[in-house]
Amino acid sequence: MTDTRTDTDAVDRSGVPLVEMRNIHVAFGGLHAVEDVSVDLYPGEVVGLVGGNGAGKSTLMHTLSGAHPADSGEILINGEPVVIHNPRDAREYGVEVIYQKLALADNVDAAANVFLGRELLNSGGSLDDSAMAAATQNVMQRLNPRFKNLRTAVRSLSGGQRQSVAIARAVHFNARILIMDEPTAALGPAETAQVRDLIMQLKSEGIGIFLISHDIHDVFDLSDRISVMLQGRLVGTVDKNDVTKDEVLAMIIAGKKPGEPTGDAILGAEPGPLRPGRG
Amino acid sequence: MTDVTTESVAKPARARMPHWREVLASTELDSRLLGMLAALAAIWVGFHVLSGGDFLTARNLWNLSVQSASIAIMATGMVLIIVSRNIDLSVGSLLGFLGYVMAMVQTNWIPESLGLGFDQWYTWIIALAVGLAVGALAGGLQGFIVAYAGVPAFIVTLGGFLAWRGLIFRFQQGQTLAPLDRNFQLLGGGARGTLGSTASWVVAAVACAAIILSLALSRRRKSRYQLVGRPLVVEVALGALGCIAVVAGVGWVANGYRSPITGEPTGIAIPVAILILVTVVMTYLATRRRFGRYVYAYGGNPEAAELGGINTRRTIMSTFVVMGVLCGLSAAVQTARLNASVTNLGVQNELDVIAAAVIGGTSFSGGIGTIPGAVLGAVVMQSLRSGMVLLAIDSPSQDIVVGVVLVTAVAIDAALRVRNRAAVLGALGAGILVSAIIIQTGRP
Repeated sequence: MTDTRTDTDAVDRSGVPLVEMRNIHVAFGGLHAVEDVSVDLYPGEVVGLVGGNGAGKSTLMHTLSGAHPADSGEILINGEPVVIHNPRDAREYGVEVIYQKLALADNVDAAANVFLGRELLNSGGSLDDSAMAAATQNVMQRLNPRFKNLRTAVRSLSGGQRQSVAIARAVHFNARILIMDEPTAALGPAETAQVRDLIMQLKSEGIGIFLISHDIHDVFDLSDRISVMLQGRLVGTVDKNDVTKDEVLAMIIAGKKPGEPTGDAILGAEPGPLRPGRG
Repeated sequence: MTDVTTESVAKPARARMPHWREVLASTELDSRLLGMLAALAAIWVGFHVLSGGDFLTARNLWNLSVQSASIAIMATGMVLIIVSRNIDLSVGSLLGFLGYVMAMVQTNWIPESLGLGFDQWYTWIIALAVGLAVGALAGGLQGFIVAYAGVPAFIVTLGGFLAWRGLIFRFQQGQTLAPLDRNFQLLGGGARGTLGSTASWVVAAVACAAIILSLALSRRRKSRYQLVGRPLVVEVALGALGCIAVVAGVGWVANGYRSPITGEPTGIAIPVAILILVTVVMTYLATRRRFGRYVYAYGGNPEAAELGGINTRRTIMSTFVVMGVLCGLSAAVQTARLNASVTNLGVQNELDVIAAAVIGGTSFSGGIGTIPGAVLGAVVMQSLRSGMVLLAIDSPSQDIVVGVVLVTAVAIDAALRVRNRAAVLGALGAGILVSAIIIQTGRP
């Protein structure tokens, strides 16, 4: 009742949702990767998307990011139905993605990656590298002030620095809806803390974030609501303050909603991070 | 007291003496390119000594520049193809085919089919324009199949390799087409095909001005955004070095070589002028335009390029269009130089072009390679051949050495990437040893 985390209580869900995904279906051949899933996201809210490997979290988000269109279903952004065929469409609606594999071109520098596909041009139509480097420096000042390697190919950067480049790409272009796929999977503890701070800051700026994660601690720390998927279906969406980690784990593993009778084996298990074999 | 002051003075003085690596890094020049320049210098000096002072002469270097031009022009396009993880095996055959097309335009279609007669002032322009346009179409067709139909470039251009060569024989049953238009011949850089002394100096002046202007503009842009650039001393040194190289090249080589016919300084050969122009334009395209950025980004990570919203298919197709146009230019140079179009024009050129790009630091794993590097690679290859000719080494032995150098260059590159100093020295030593044995045993 008396939760000290005012930031999570502050989410106002009375208005129009930033994103509403209704009855999304995606099939690969005969396999239903996502089946009749509906989720929504409000401004300044973090919705954690959790589930085991192959639960369909990433595939669901691909339909929003334009990486792989939905077979059927509806996507509404600010209450308006939209059609997203490719990443370019998604960006026009302010959807930016930070991929698990980061999706950086390793052989070019940070500025080239931040502006990849949206380069700044000068009046002659040439690349304005100085303007892009300066803008990148500005964003980095905000995200990771220790970041200095603006000129080197991102191949030679550390995991945290590469993460900064990926996030800078989204932040610079004023994303309103951010999809983060395992943002802390490749990071050490200090860099993870940095990314958490960053998520809090983006949230306070009114950006809505879908957070895909395997790490139940991450999800509980950062999310306002948690949507659980199992085998392509949505088990349910719960408010973080209404559930325990145990209950969420039961949803992830057994597909049982809180309140439903649960198997003893699961209730007896120690709560802890759910870390399947690989990310 | 005094002790302290002397020490505090001496210390910064010692600290101010930077390591040569730092000096090199502050120039922001590509270290690969500098390594290649060093290798080229070693090759030049080596052959100069072995040949008893015949290599580093104005005449030899002038000929070297003309002989390198055709392969170097195409190598600039091959860089973009290989950087974006493709290959083009068809360039030699396409060059032969385009040479035939241009020869047909000037020996047959304009003078006879259209009845306009020979040696009109516009003949060379139309012939060249048709050649470049057909080159763009042919390259575009191959690029379309690669990018949109998803057929591997190796297969598509292997088909092109056979098909374009075959088409040559469908023209006039493969007869040699000669002589060519008087003006068109100048593109080959024969006795008349040079800029002459005055124009060459004008080119040198323009080049110097361009070097200084580009350094100054880039410095101003950076300071406007408060970005850290090169130290001023380094900028001035770079500008001075660039201008000295230009002036030495024009004064000593281009104008130092006197025409054997007229006795006048020849100046820059037209094929070399074309190569310089192509290098500048292609470098601009590769480094300062979106197209080039996309080619490199795709080569570095095709998935990231796709997710970044880049139209990767159009980008890939465009690299083949550019390659086709460059084949047209090289075809013009080669046919004009021969003053004829023959059926075996450009045979094996695809291998020379790929070798030039690779020796010039282009990596088959994608994303890495520079235009000036490829031009240097072509010059390195031609220097080896030309030096061995001076030593009277037969052509099969020349092939062996070029082959050894090609593999050595890539081995060194691979070793440098994993920072394995022993492997670098091993590859370098083995390459030099084998080449030296082949050269020494191949001498008459």
